[in-house]
Amino acid sequence: MSALEIKNRNELFTPEIRAEIDHEIAKYPEGESQSAAMAALRIVQDANGGWLTQESMDEVAAYLDLPPIAIYEVATFYSMYEHKPVGRNKLCVCTNISCMINNSDQIVEHLNNRLGIKFGEVTEDGRYSLKEVECLGACGGAPMMQVGRKYYENLTPERLDSILDELE
Amino acid sequence: MANEVIFKNRDLDNLWDIEQYRSRGGYEILTRILTEKTPPAEIIDGMKTSGLRGRGGAGFPTGLKWSFINRSAPGDKYLVCNSDEGEPGTFKDRDILRYNPHALVEGMLIASYVIDAHRAYNYIRGEFWEPYERFQNAIDQARAAGFVGKNILGSGFDCELNVHLGGGAYVCGEETALLESIEGKKGQPRYKPPFPAHVGLYGCPTVINNTETLASVPTILREGAERFRDIGVENSGGSKLFSISGHVKNPGVFELPMGTPFSELFELAGGMRDGSKIKAVIPGGSSSPVIPGEIMMDLTMDYDAIAKAGSMLGSGAVIVMDESTCMVKVLDRMGYFYHEESCGQCTPCREGTGWLYRIVHRIENGQGRPEDIDLLMDVQNRIRGKTICALGDAAAMPVAGMLRYYQDEFQYHIDHKKCMAGTGA
Amino acid sequence: MSEEKTITIEVDGQPLETKAGALLIDVTDAAGINIPRFCYHDKLSIAASCRMCLVEVAKVPKPIPACATQVMDGMVVQTRSPMALAAQKATMEFLLINHPLDCPVCDQGGECELQDVAMGYGSDVTRFVEGKRVIPENNIGPLIATDMTRCIHCTRCVRFGDEVAGMREMGATGRGEHMTIGTFVAHNINSELSGNVIDLCPVGALTSKPFQYRARAWELTRHTGVAPHDSVGSNIQIHTRRGEVMRVHPHSNDAINEVWLSDRDRFSYEGIKSEERLTQPLIKKDGEWVETSWEEALETAASGLREIASADADQIGTLVSPTATLEEIALAQKITEGLGSPNIDYRLRQEDFRGNSRAVPWLGQSIASLEDVDSALLIGSNIRKDQPLLAHRVRKAALKGAKIQLVNPLQLDLHFDAAQMVSDPAGMVRNLAAIAEAAGGSHHLTEQIEVTDEHKAVAEGLKCSKSTVILLGNIAQSHPDFTILYGLASVIAKAADAFVGVIPMAANSVGAAVVGAIPNKGLNAHAMLENPRKGYLLLGIEPGLDINNPALARAAMSGAETVVAITAYRSPCLEETASVMLPMAAFGETSGSFVNAEGRWQSFSGTTGPAGESRPGWKILRVLGNLMDISGFDYSSSEEILDELRGAHGGELQVASLGAAKGKIRSAVTGLARIGETPIYAADALVRRAASLQETEEARDAAVARVNPSVAADAGLLDGEKVAVVQGEGRAEMVLKVDANIPDGCVWVPAAVPGSESLGDQFGELSLEKV
Repeated sequence: MSALEIKNRNELFTPEIRAEIDHEIAKYPEGESQSAAMAALRIVQDANGGWLTQESMDEVAAYLDLPPIAIYEVATFYSMYEHKPVGRNKLCVCTNISCMINNSDQIVEHLNNRLGIKFGEVTEDGRYSLKEVECLGACGGAPMMQVGRKYYENLTPERLDSILDELE
Repeated sequence: MANEVIFKNRDLDNLWDIEQYRSRGGYEILTRILTEKTPPAEIIDGMKTSGLRGRGGAGFPTGLKWSFINRSAPGDKYLVCNSDEGEPGTFKDRDILRYNPHALVEGMLIASYVIDAHRAYNYIRGEFWEPYERFQNAIDQARAAGFVGKNILGSGFDCELNVHLGGGAYVCGEETALLESIEGKKGQPRYKPPFPAHVGLYGCPTVINNTETLASVPTILREGAERFRDIGVENSGGSKLFSISGHVKNPGVFELPMGTPFSELFELAGGMRDGSKIKAVIPGGSSSPVIPGEIMMDLTMDYDAIAKAGSMLGSGAVIVMDESTCMVKVLDRMGYFYHEESCGQCTPCREGTGWLYRIVHRIENGQGRPEDIDLLMDVQNRIRGKTICALGDAAAMPVAGMLRYYQDEFQYHIDHKKCMAGTGA
Repeated sequence: MSEEKTITIEVDGQPLETKAGALLIDVTDAAGINIPRFCYHDKLSIAASCRMCLVEVAKVPKPIPACATQVMDGMVVQTRSPMALAAQKATMEFLLINHPLDCPVCDQGGECELQDVAMGYGSDVTRFVEGKRVIPENNIGPLIATDMTRCIHCTRCVRFGDEVAGMREMGATGRGEHMTIGTFVAHNINSELSGNVIDLCPVGALTSKPFQYRARAWELTRHTGVAPHDSVGSNIQIHTRRGEVMRVHPHSNDAINEVWLSDRDRFSYEGIKSEERLTQPLIKKDGEWVETSWEEALETAASGLREIASADADQIGTLVSPTATLEEIALAQKITEGLGSPNIDYRLRQEDFRGNSRAVPWLGQSIASLEDVDSALLIGSNIRKDQPLLAHRVRKAALKGAKIQLVNPLQLDLHFDAAQMVSDPAGMVRNLAAIAEAAGGSHHLTEQIEVTDEHKAVAEGLKCSKSTVILLGNIAQSHPDFTILYGLASVIAKAADAFVGVIPMAANSVGAAVVGAIPNKGLNAHAMLENPRKGYLLLGIEPGLDINNPALARAAMSGAETVVAITAYRSPCLEETASVMLPMAAFGETSGSFVNAEGRWQSFSGTTGPAGESRPGWKILRVLGNLMDISGFDYSSSEEILDELRGAHGGELQVASLGAAKGKIRSAVTGLARIGETPIYAADALVRRAASLQETEEARDAAVARVNPSVAADAGLLDGEKVAVVQGEGRAEMVLKVDANIPDGCVWVPAAVPGSESLGDQFGELSLEKV
C-alpha cells in the first residue's frame, strides 16, 4: 500500500481511464469522491476484460484516496463486479420467477449443452462465460438474458443459437 | 388513452426526444413554476390533493414526503430518484426511462425546486445500460435547452442532475441502502430514525422518490391535481403502471386507473396463454403474498383492495401463474433470491433467509421432513419485523402467503417426494 | 438543549429517571437491567444490526433495538415480555445456526458473550440441520489470532478500526450469508491499538495470538496494575496463573485509557519471560562475569561505590530509568544523596539542558481534556507511536474539528487531519521562531528568520481558537535545541494565549522528576557522561540503548571503577560496562507507583514472585542503603516509602517554566543530520524483549536507515541496500530504506535498536557510506 501511496495519481491507469473516472468524480459534491467508487470499479473492470484484479482494486482505492478495504467491500457486495476472468461475452441469464415459469431452465440447459459450461464457468476459447442472475427488470420479455450492455428477451433455443453466432 | 399520465403520449414516435416531448406540452409546467416562482407550498398542496402515493411499493403520500423537508434549513438538500427497479416481476421504470425520460427529468427538476435541492441524482440499476443511455441523453438535451444547470431559465434556481449507476444489489432499492450506495459504499440500509428527510445523502435532508412517482409529477401539475385524483379511487389517486408477466398471452406494462378490476388488466394482457387456466397471482412483486386466481379475479387494483385480500399492491408487478406451476418450486426460487440478496447486516435476515431457502429447497428436492412446514412458518415469523429494513419481511411474507393457500402442495412434496402440479420435481 | 431535561420512563415496571435523548440501553445498563447485546458498544457508533437487544415498547407494534432507541418521557419498556423474549430468542437461534459451537477448544470459552447469552436465551436443541458456514483461515499478524468461522458479524472490530484506531484495515466483504469480516487480502493489521479488537470481539473470532491455547479464562487470577511504558499510565489487569503472568487486559478508566490499551501495553508482558532475564547476581572478576551470592554482590556494589564516594562524592553519578517505580527512584536518589553526590538524573534521552530548571515537565492538564482543545501545536512529537492513547485523545479533538498542527523532522502517518510542517532538526527551530514572530512574539535567535505564509497560517490557527495547547514530544526532548524549542513554544503560547506542556516520555518520567531525580547543583544525565565519573549507579538501564548518546555512555562507564547495575536483564552492553549486576524484579513482579503525564499517582502490587533470585528494586536499594550506612532505609514495605513520598511530594503539580535558552542553534549541521527517534517497540528493556511485538512489521521495519529519494540519489544509494551509518567514532550497518517522509539533508537512524549502540547523539551529524 505504501508504495501505492507514494505513487503519483497520474501514474495510475491510462489517461483515458483517468479522464473517465474524473468525469464520474465531478458528478458529486466536493470531497465526496468516494461516490465515484462504483463507477471507477466498473470502468477499470471494463478496461481489464470484465474482471477486477486485486491490484486494480488497490489502484482504484489509491486514486480515490480510500483505504483498500473500503473498495474491497464495495467490489464484493455488488454482483456486477467479477473477481475472476470471464468470457468476452458474459451471458447473464435470469432464472427468477417470471423467467423460471417461462422456461428459463430450458434456456440454461441449452446454453450448458451448446457451450459445454455451467454457471460460473468460461468456455475454453474464452468467448463465453455463463452467469446466473437475479431479476433484471424485463419480466415482460421472459425468459431473458443480458450480454454486455444489451438485453435479449423472449428467448428460445433457436433464438439463442442465432444470438450466440453473432457474438464475437 | 384519456386516463394515462405517464404513457399518455406513447403514440408519438421518439417520445424520448425533447422536441417530441415539448410538442405535447413538455417542460411547460416547469417553465411556469420557475418563471412565476410558484411557492413550493402551493406545489406540495397540489401533490397532496392529487392523492399520489409513492409508486415504489410502500405507497407513502408524495406531497407529505416533500413537506418534511425544511427548505430554510442551512446546508444542502438532495433529491434522489429510485430507478433501481429490481423487485422480481417489476419492469415499469425501465419503460419510463426508455420511452418517456423527459417526464422524469422534468419531474425531478420540479421536486428539486420544491425542496430547494441543487443536486439531484437518479439511481439507475447498473444492468439498465440502455435505459440509462436514453435517460442520460434526455438530461443532456434538457441541459442544452436550459432546463438543467445554473440559473435555470433565468430563474436563479440551480440544479445539477446526474445518474448514479448501481452495481447489482436488490437491497439498494431500499431508500437508505440506495443512499449508502450513492455515497460509494456497500448498500446496507441505515437504521431509522433519523429518516432521510433529516439525515439523508451525505448527511443532508433528502427526498427519495420512485421513478414512476416523479415521472407523474409534470402531468399532475399541468393538468390539475383533482383531475389526477379523480382518475383513481379513494385512497389510491390517479393511474398506475402495472407490469404483468408470467403465463399471460401479452405480458407488458399497462397504465390503468387505480381501482381497475384485475380482470380488466388480465384481459389487456390477453388472458392466459395457450388456453391454460389461471392458478395464482402475485399481485405486487415477489415480496407480496400470492393470491389464488379465483380470488384475484374479483379484486380491484388499488392499495386497499389488495391489502384487504391479505397481500400488497406493492410496485404493481403482477405475476400470473397457470395450473402447471409448482408452488414449491416458485417459493424455492424466491427463497434463493432473498438469501442471495440479503445485505448481511441484521442477524435474522442474514441467517434466516438462508435457512428458509434451505428448508424449501430440500422440500422441493424430495428431502422434506414432516416438521418442515411448521419450521418454515416459525422461521419466517422469527425474521418478520425484526430487521432494519424490509428485506427480511419481504423474504418472510411470501412464505406465509404460500402456506396459507398452498400448504397441501408442500405437504404432498414432503409425503410423496414429488410434485402435485404438472411440472416440477 | 432539550437533551438535558430529566424525564421518567418505565422499564419492566420500574420507574427510571434519566435524561431525555439518552439511549435506552445505557439507561437500563445504569439501572442494572440487563439487555443482551452483541453489536452495541458504548465507545463505538451504533450499528443496531445484531438484533439481540430487541425490546417491547408500548404503542410500538414491533420489537425495537434498545441500543438505537432514544428514551422519551413516559416511555414504557418491557425487556422480558413475551414479545421481547421471543425476539431475543429468535436472534439467538439465528446467531447459533452458523456458529461452530466449538466452545471446548475455543480460547474465548468462559469469557464469551455469545456463550453467556446463549445460556440465558438459547435452546439446547438445534433445528438447523444443514452444514454450517466455514471461513478459511486468514493470518493478520503476530498479535491477533483469527477464527472467522466463529464470527457473528457484529462489526465491532470494523467500527473500531474506522472510528478509534483511525485505520480502516478490517471490513465486511461479500454480502448476506457470505459476508466475511476480515482484511479480504491477507495482510497484517498494523494499528498500534489493534489488540483492542480482541476485547471487543464478543466471540472467539479474534483472540490473542500470544495467549492462544495458554490458559482458560477461569484459571486466571486478575490483578489491577498500571502499564509501564508511555506516560499515559493506562490501567491494566494482569492475569496470572500459578505465579505466571499470562496476559494483560485493559482496566477501564475513563479519565486515562477509557477502555482501550495500546498494543505495547498489552503484549509487552512477554518480555518478562525473556531468556535474557537476569535471575542471579553477577560480578565481574578478572574480566569474567561470574554468578555470585546476593551477599557478595551487594557487598561488592556497596563497597565499590562507598570507596569512590569517600574520596570524592562528586565522582558518583546515578542514572535511573523513567520506567522504574517511584519508590525505586526515591531510594536511588536517597542513596546518591547519602553518598554525598548531587549527580542524579532520569532524563536519559535529553541532550540539551541549557534551561537548567528543576521544574517538573508534565502535560500541564488532564489527559481527558486533550480531547476538548480546539487547536494544538505538537512540536517534535511522533505522538501516535510514542503515546498511542494520547494520540487517540488528540484524534478525538481533531474529529470534533480542532486544528492540529505539527512541527517535526519527518512527515508522520497520522490517523487524523493535521497540518505538518517538516524540516531538518535545525529547521524546526527556525520554523518555530518564524511562527513565534508571525504570532506577534519575538524569538531571541541570533540569526535572521524568514516568516512565510505557512508560518503565518500556523500562527493564525493557534491564535483564533479558544482552547489552544502547545506540546513538546519525545523528539523535541531529545533535540539538541530542546530548551530553545521550549523557549519559542513559550513565546508562541504567550502570543496566542495558549498553554505549553511537555509530553513526558515514559511511565514514570513525571514521578522521577517529582521525587527529585533531577540534579540540583550537580551534573545532569549528559554532563555525567561527558565528564566521566568513577562510579555509576544504574537503575533499570541498558547504557547502549536507553541513553541519548550511547557511545559516550559506554565509553564513560567502561572507564569507571565501579558500575552497579540494578537490572532485570543481562544485556551485552551491561556486560561490557558494569562491574556488578543485581537482578531486579520485572513488570508484574513488584509493587510500586508511577506518576503519569497528568500528574496522577497510581500504585500497583506485585502479581507474581520475581524470577529466579531477582528481588524488587526497592528491596535491593534498601539493602544497599543499609550496607552503606546511610540512614533512613528502614522501610518494611514499598507502601511505607510511598507514604513518605506522598508527604513530601504529594501536592498538586504546578505548571512552571522549564527554563528557556536563547541564542545559538546547536542542531545545525554541515553534512547530513541524524533523526534519532526511539521506535515504539524499542522504547525500554521490557518491550525490546516482547517476542510477538518484535515480530510486528512495525518492529521489523524499525532498525533501518531512512532517507528520501533525493538524498539517496545524491549518495548513489538504492532502496534495500546495506549502508554504513557513521557518526563520530561510531559506525553501524543498516539496510537503507527510501522514504519520502524524511526531509532533505537528513537520515532517520533510530535509537535503541540493534546497531545503534555505537552511535552518538540521537540528533547530530552523520554520514552514509556504501558497504
